[in-house]
Amino acid sequence: MQLAARFRANAIEMSHAAGAAHLASSLSCMDMVAVLYHGVLQVDPGNPKWESRDRFILSKGHAATALYSALAYRGFLTEDDLKTYGKAGSLLEEHPSPKLPGVEAATGSLGHGLPFGCGIALAARINGLRYRTFVLMSDGECNEGSVWEASLFAAANQLGNLCAFVDFNKWQATGRSTEVMALNPLAEKFRSFGWNVSEIDGHDHQQIFRAADAVGKEETRPTMVIAHTVKGKGVSFMEDDNNWHYRIPTREEVLLAKIELGVP
Amino acid sequence: MRNMFAKTVTELSDVYPELVMLVGDIGNRLFDRFKEKHPGRFFNCGVAEANMTGVAAGLAASGLRPITYTITPFNTVRCLEQIRLDICYPNLPVIVVGTGSGLSYAGLGATHHSMEDIAILRTLPNMHVVCPADPTEARLAVTDALRLGRPTYIRLGKKGEPNVHASDPVFRIGRGITVRDGSTVAILSVGNMLEPALHAADSLRHQGVSSRVVSLHTVKPLDDDLLAALFTEYELVVVLEEHGLMGGAGSAVLEWGNVNRVDLRKLMRIGGPDQFLSGCGDQEEARAMLGLTAQNVSRQILERLNGRHASGA
Repeated sequence: MQLAARFRANAIEMSHAAGAAHLASSLSCMDMVAVLYHGVLQVDPGNPKWESRDRFILSKGHAATALYSALAYRGFLTEDDLKTYGKAGSLLEEHPSPKLPGVEAATGSLGHGLPFGCGIALAARINGLRYRTFVLMSDGECNEGSVWEASLFAAANQLGNLCAFVDFNKWQATGRSTEVMALNPLAEKFRSFGWNVSEIDGHDHQQIFRAADAVGKEETRPTMVIAHTVKGKGVSFMEDDNNWHYRIPTREEVLLAKIELGVP
Repeated sequence: MRNMFAKTVTELSDVYPELVMLVGDIGNRLFDRFKEKHPGRFFNCGVAEANMTGVAAGLAASGLRPITYTITPFNTVRCLEQIRLDICYPNLPVIVVGTGSGLSYAGLGATHHSMEDIAILRTLPNMHVVCPADPTEARLAVTDALRLGRPTYIRLGKKGEPNVHASDPVFRIGRGITVRDGSTVAILSVGNMLEPALHAADSLRHQGVSSRVVSLHTVKPLDDDLLAALFTEYELVVVLEEHGLMGGAGSAVLEWGNVNRVDLRKLMRIGGPDQFLSGCGDQEEARAMLGLTAQNVSRQILERLNGRHASGA
């Protein structure tokens, strides 16, 4: 929990310093990113292109500060790199660039991560490698047709080494994700598409770990984890308030948030 | 061209163990031999081009060499953002192959025409755009694209086109091929316009005009040396393409000429109009409708030569 709190504090500082939006989107998926990078993903910062590494694709690329915090924690980036976020000359852009070590795919336009992840997962089979591929999507992202194309493809090709998380925080940019489009019943949809679907509390680290750790043990079905989350999680005055999709915290709000998070 | 393409990738699949074929639910039976040889490297991705393109990029990011294949508009503009962000941005070695390009499938209607694909794909950074003239060039283009290992769009015609080249020419992506020499007019033929270009040159010769015919199979990157020489040595440089004039190969040469400060009054562009085409009939009839026949091309060139100072396209 302390790690996720630290990542959250990083994201809040970065959003403030760069004047960059999507803070609440980062906060809602932070526990999943923290658990995956702390205890699940086999990666090597000394060799970012190690062929047997587990792959993680942040398909909701607007939550880049979550990914950057994790990449700094694992040593792909330095803590000083995080201070360059959003600045001219920095590769830490508001959406992840594939030029950055540890970033697997260019995301930021929604609906790209799952097809790309299907390709990576399929390559493991062709190349005879045992790595696993994790894709983290947003709920609003499931509006994109390419998500459903990829869902059909993953099931048809029995990509048991593929796992997708949906950060189901019930909001998208301008409204409730269950109202803008008929997203519910989301788990049922993926189940009927042939996925091994579970629903978890996306802030419960044990549940996240158990869901991710099981991936690959299932031989044929891809794994879909519908993670119920709270947008803006961790900061009382941001939680479930969709204004924080775009709002930038003031210096005072940064300090208040860090006090709540228990991060000095 | 498409039969030669299938034969070529089947042969090259032995040379490149990392070659993977992704097909958008077309080419029934066309890839049977490939599937027999390498069932683990052939995937029918269904009618889902955005996903197919993303899958290709993911494969390429994992050390494989995928080729995506379906009908041109569906494999280009339909999944343009996947080509842009998944393939071109990370500069991955994916070959995107469009079949039935230009007016190859004229009779199928505007849904199946591709008169904008060159214009659109050549604007993507890192992308090469290659338009083979005949089955021989199709084979050599795929071979050279695999050798180069970078984002490449290959624009194929349909099946059953004759071979224009009697033997294998030296084929390098980015280098035009002079098919016939001449001294007054240079006709740069793009893709499957090579046969009418040669017939137009025949017709011009009967009128006393000597024409050099070049297969300008690569629209991006353009052949700098060749273009510089042609604009120096020839009275008229004609770019002929089964593609819209707006943004196509002729436009690319126009841009090139502007940057390189050649005499652009020598340039003549022949291609399609800025409109959706209806009631085309077959490819030959569609070409006749647009003035893309040998007879019409030679007539336009003669008119241009005879009214040297008049403005042209």
